[in-house]
Amino acid sequence: MGVWQSYRLRLQRKRWLIRAFRKRRELRSVINRTAQIKPGDILLFSTQRNEVTRLPYFLKYYRDIGVNHFVIVDNDSDDGSLDYLVDQPDVSVWYTRHSYKRSRFGVDWLNWLQRKYGHEHWTLVVDPDEFLVYPFCDTRPLRALTDWLDASSIKSFSAMLLDMYPKGPIDEQPYRAGQDPLEIASWFDAGNYTISRNHRFGNLWIQGGPRARVFFPDMPESAPALNKIPLVKWDRRYAYVSSTHMLLPRGLNLVYDEWGGEKASGVLLHTKFLDTFTVKAAEELTRKQHYAASVEYKAYAAALQDNPDLWCKWSEKYINWRQLEILGLMSKGNWA
Amino acid sequence: MTVGIVMLVHTALGRAEQVARHWHAAGCPVVIHVDRNVARKTHDAFVKALSDLPDLRFSRRHRCEWGTWGIVAASQSASELMLEEFPQVRHVYLASGSCLPLRPVQELIDYLAARPRTDFIESATTADVPWTVGGLDHERFTLRFPFSWKKHRRLFDAYVRLQRRLRLRRQIPRGIVPHMGSQWWCLTRQTLSAILQDPERETYDSYFRKVWIPDESYFQTLARLYSTNIESRSLTLSKFDFQGKPHIFYDDHLQLLRRSDCFVARKIWPHADRLYEAFLTDAAGAMKRTEPNPGKIDRIFAKAVEKRTRGRPGLYMQSRFPNSDWENGLTSGRYSVFCGFADLFKDFEPWLHKATGARVHGHLFGPERVEFAQNQTTMNGALSSDATLRNYNPCAFLTNLIWNTRGERQCFQFGPADNQEINWLIAKDPNAQISVVSGAWAVHLFNSNRNFADIRKEAAHLQRVESEFLNVLRSPYSKARIRIWTMAEFIEAPMEPLQSIIDEIGSKSLRRLAEVPKMADLKGFGQFLQNLKNQGMHPYLMGDFPVARDLDPQQSRPRKPYLVK
Repeated sequence: MGVWQSYRLRLQRKRWLIRAFRKRRELRSVINRTAQIKPGDILLFSTQRNEVTRLPYFLKYYRDIGVNHFVIVDNDSDDGSLDYLVDQPDVSVWYTRHSYKRSRFGVDWLNWLQRKYGHEHWTLVVDPDEFLVYPFCDTRPLRALTDWLDASSIKSFSAMLLDMYPKGPIDEQPYRAGQDPLEIASWFDAGNYTISRNHRFGNLWIQGGPRARVFFPDMPESAPALNKIPLVKWDRRYAYVSSTHMLLPRGLNLVYDEWGGEKASGVLLHTKFLDTFTVKAAEELTRKQHYAASVEYKAYAAALQDNPDLWCKWSEKYINWRQLEILGLMSKGNWA
Repeated sequence: MTVGIVMLVHTALGRAEQVARHWHAAGCPVVIHVDRNVARKTHDAFVKALSDLPDLRFSRRHRCEWGTWGIVAASQSASELMLEEFPQVRHVYLASGSCLPLRPVQELIDYLAARPRTDFIESATTADVPWTVGGLDHERFTLRFPFSWKKHRRLFDAYVRLQRRLRLRRQIPRGIVPHMGSQWWCLTRQTLSAILQDPERETYDSYFRKVWIPDESYFQTLARLYSTNIESRSLTLSKFDFQGKPHIFYDDHLQLLRRSDCFVARKIWPHADRLYEAFLTDAAGAMKRTEPNPGKIDRIFAKAVEKRTRGRPGLYMQSRFPNSDWENGLTSGRYSVFCGFADLFKDFEPWLHKATGARVHGHLFGPERVEFAQNQTTMNGALSSDATLRNYNPCAFLTNLIWNTRGERQCFQFGPADNQEINWLIAKDPNAQISVVSGAWAVHLFNSNRNFADIRKEAAHLQRVESEFLNVLRSPYSKARIRIWTMAEFIEAPMEPLQSIIDEIGSKSLRRLAEVPKMADLKGFGQFLQNLKNQGMHPYLMGDFPVARDLDPQQSRPRKPYLVK
């Protein structure tokens, strides 16, 4: 990479940080418990909108693996989720009714909050429907992983998005608050992912899975990106560029080995496809607040009319992280 | 006579305290060195917490930075204090704050008492072991390292380069031969005091002060001068990964550690509550008195290092995406590509499946759709048969298919009408077995009911594509197992080539082929090719097909349907 390009990326990073600084005005603190945060705590950052059914299990899951504090932006919810969050002892909440799209899908808001509260902490940025699975997550807490990453001088940890889906029509089994969504959406595509390299930012671009297979067979290039780097030892100079797909400085995107070896990585189990999805897809279509003119949601809406079954004969049923490791979706790397 | 424990401590002081109490309770005197980098307040609290133990001392504090002299200085002053204060000590065991005794301490004491003159220190000459990380092995002893590797990596590297270029060398002090090994040793009073009281110690110290990572070489080298009986291994189970940092043990290693029969393990994660609980509650002699046997742990960690450095061949994923030619296996298993066979033989696919037991697909890269075996619409790993999806990244499609079907051999048909993007991938892949009957695509045209002008155009196109494919296969970069016949050559004697292909696949039965696939009716094919020639399109990939071949009485006799040898 030339000096010129590296300088331009530097400017770009500054631009995102300035943008995040400007967008801080859109956030109104509802309850700020960040004084509780101790040095070395693991923090989780998220934006949410009308996820009151999902939040109980979401918070429980991440508390159980060892997240110490949650920093959440509520984007104009009207289903009581804001009140629910305010009642949680380890959650700090900001509220905004501004455009999700114009904050680049929440990235600007979270970049600001991460800059302010995440400096020198391990930060996890996930949506309420994403569940992190990492090597040995059934026996070792998240802190074991971050300690090991620290000892290995690794600053970012990748976890690819793995779309989970139920067997049968999406809205067949209702999801109850507090329930493990994987009880319903327990299936996934094991081996139909395509990868290419983004030379500008140095990250990998992964597509495929059930969304490409069912919603985007005619335009695979528009299928959503599945590469994610959600766990980062944050520094106030860092900035996410586009969702958690990539960040700057670009060295943080080098979460893959180029010389034949495997680095350690995890998986974000994406439980978007529950019965709540059909309603959400219809709503998002009118709000037009999603990526690329909501092309994704248009495709969903079109396909959802005939209530599709994402399940196929070769779908794999989720068991545990070891299964994902054997299938080659994640890796232990040299962590043993 | 007993064992004295020297503990080097810098973090997780709470755990260090627990372990120190454990050693002390078993009657071992303990000397603790606390890194000078530890804040005074924390240090004082730690000292105070341990003040109730009579046989515990704190040695003079040094600043310890990885790879520098500080750790040796710390070991020296702590050992001196140990030898001075506790005359009953015969062996001194060097441990760290994150070490955990796995067997009852009494067993260690007995073990060492039975070997009163043995020094346990891993010590090997640099020339003989490839342990070191980062390319510095013998140069550790001949270059100077004034800059910190952790904090000033660039200066460190630049100064190494400069010394190499200027051929600057340090003189190794007379009489010593550099040895290296694990920094965790257990030495006898005799050897240790000889090292510490050596009249030449000043010389050695000033030399080792500038050696790179002296804690892995100072005692290891000097013990060779004085020890009468070196056992070159460490009593501390400590595994290192490919970057040279120690592997860490967690709760889920409990059973492994129990079965290892090692005395002490390092490094334990400070929050591994179950490990500390299990091993610090002394189960009086619960374990059998055997030699340490870390074999299984060795294997697990060796595998982890291999996964990190070599990876799983043929896997492309979020954390393994090798550069071109660094794949260490383009695909994960063997597969066969057949070009022209399905045109030439009716029912070639079922026949091949029967003969080999492999999974036989049609044209996986066909223009309309992916012709999976049994016309399935999805395949292992939920690969879709949609041609657009496949064409988005044909190479990934193939590597995915081979990865998803590990353990089952895949065969597929390929031809010039198919997507050609995988040409180079399969040609360069040693896992691929490619068999080509060149020009056989013409049989399909020959049997088609189309206008001759269209056929001519199509034939010209297919011939161009296939000839390009053959060029790729014949290039010096190709590594696949490749066989190419012209069609004319092949139909002369199809049995031999078929037999050798099947043999190579390694079919389930070792018998000779009892059944040949039925060849398509080629009556008039020679004339068809002649017609193409007459139109100015010279088909040459089929080889020499005489026009008159059909008239040969030998050929016009009905062929025997089966050939039994």
